[in-house]
Amino acid sequence: MEIERLYPLPNPDSQPYWDGLRDRRLMLQQCADCGTIRHYPRPVCDQCYSMEVDWTEASRRGTVHSWSVSHHAFHPSFKADLPTTFVTVDLEENVRLVGILRDPEVTLSIGMPVQVGFEDAADGAFSIPVLFAA
Amino acid sequence: MSDGLFEKGAITGIGETAYTRGSGKSDTALPMEAALKAIADAGLSPKDIDGVVPYASGSTVAEDFITNLGLPDLRYSATTPLGGASCVAGIQAAVSAVATGLANHVLIPIGRNGYSGSRIGNRVQQMPQFRTIGEYEMPLGTLAPAQLYSHMARRHMELYGTKSEHFAKIAMNGRKHAAMNDNALRQAPMSLDDHQSSRMIADPLRLFDCCLESDGGAAVIVSASERAKDMASKPAYIMGVAEGHPDSPSAITQRPDITTLGTAKAAPRAFGMAGITHSDIDVAEIYDCFTYIVLCQLEDLGFCKKGEGGDFVSSTSFGFDGDLPLNTHGGLLSQAHIVGMNHVVELVKQLRGDAGAAQVKDARIGLVTGYGDMGDGTVAIMRS
Repeated sequence: MEIERLYPLPNPDSQPYWDGLRDRRLMLQQCADCGTIRHYPRPVCDQCYSMEVDWTEASRRGTVHSWSVSHHAFHPSFKADLPTTFVTVDLEENVRLVGILRDPEVTLSIGMPVQVGFEDAADGAFSIPVLFAA
Repeated sequence: MSDGLFEKGAITGIGETAYTRGSGKSDTALPMEAALKAIADAGLSPKDIDGVVPYASGSTVAEDFITNLGLPDLRYSATTPLGGASCVAGIQAAVSAVATGLANHVLIPIGRNGYSGSRIGNRVQQMPQFRTIGEYEMPLGTLAPAQLYSHMARRHMELYGTKSEHFAKIAMNGRKHAAMNDNALRQAPMSLDDHQSSRMIADPLRLFDCCLESDGGAAVIVSASERAKDMASKPAYIMGVAEGHPDSPSAITQRPDITTLGTAKAAPRAFGMAGITHSDIDVAEIYDCFTYIVLCQLEDLGFCKKGEGGDFVSSTSFGFDGDLPLNTHGGLLSQAHIVGMNHVVELVKQLRGDAGAAQVKDARIGLVTGYGDMGDGTVAIMRS
């Protein structure tokens, strides 16, 4: 049996985010009325309730908020990547992002600066954020 | 603080199937078997059941209970889609219904083949409450609760010095109680070494920090308090019940404070409604999908301050004869994962004095929690 990877299912709220990753740009939603940046993509600004959205390119700079190292794959398609370090990052834009650490030598700590990069997944079907020590 | 639902309802019947890994029964048969046992325990006939709160993430709906149990006039049905917090949220819904006269006897059933049927890695992808992480986190390979929750545990450890040994104490306590319980999957003793050498699943969570996947069913009946006193079994009166949701509940990583659960919002409401303090609690059945989640709930419930969970765990004895008897049935970690309905059933047994070898002496007031969907918390406080 062919093992299918888990694919994102972009919708009108999230398409620009996934398109951005493919184009090597980290795109975030920004409220067109009050300017608040939000993530993950969603239809309403929880600060002013506007549904008008702009997209802004993020700095790709952030710091470590927390992390986890997976030693067990809960889906067979991720088994080859084990162990995998997933890092929750506080971006400079005041939102969070999860990426896979691609700097195996680094010892993580809260507040450590990191930089967001990009990587193709599932034979180029989509791209994901990855992280390096800054 | 509003009296709200204070002692408006009581749990008047409890039922459990055998907890196994390979039930040989269907996903519909398990909640039905538990329901029939709970109805019989209450001294009722299925014809008396006029309310049902089925498990929202399960495979049975209210109509299945009408069909199988021949319910003649189901007047109230609802679901409480809070994952592992659903069962206690179901109690809140049921008490609301009996308090207002919408229904007389509400059945809250649960059951599934959580081991031999669809397992957790598959189930979560199909739940709408996981849609957000399904799109943004799962495609990276972080999809199971152990992976998602470990970010909370890691930050707690880094900020507050919480240690894996604290988690171990919670796991060992559950195992000790499971070994005293005939209907528990894990009976072999667990030492600190056993815990520390169990394989890493999602660092910092080891195998023995994770709950079991199991097959089984459990159910309770909630009736109006004025009816309860004349029923077949000793009622457990519901003094306080509440649910709470964390900010940004749809993804842990987007939450302002990832070390605080919805429990922190629910607990003051439940304690306020009950009109009691923490020192009044004789026994606590705390939802234990992961050891860390117990430690975090002890803080969010107010047994200690945020960040002091590690020290509190170290300095408190949790045995049935200890300072704060905890998960006296073995919990999800060592009895079985029955989505916390096994915790509700155990609390009622404790308050009846029917809890067997792990009976807490003179247990009069107890607390049960639910926790689910990455942060929703529910709390119920009951008395005998």
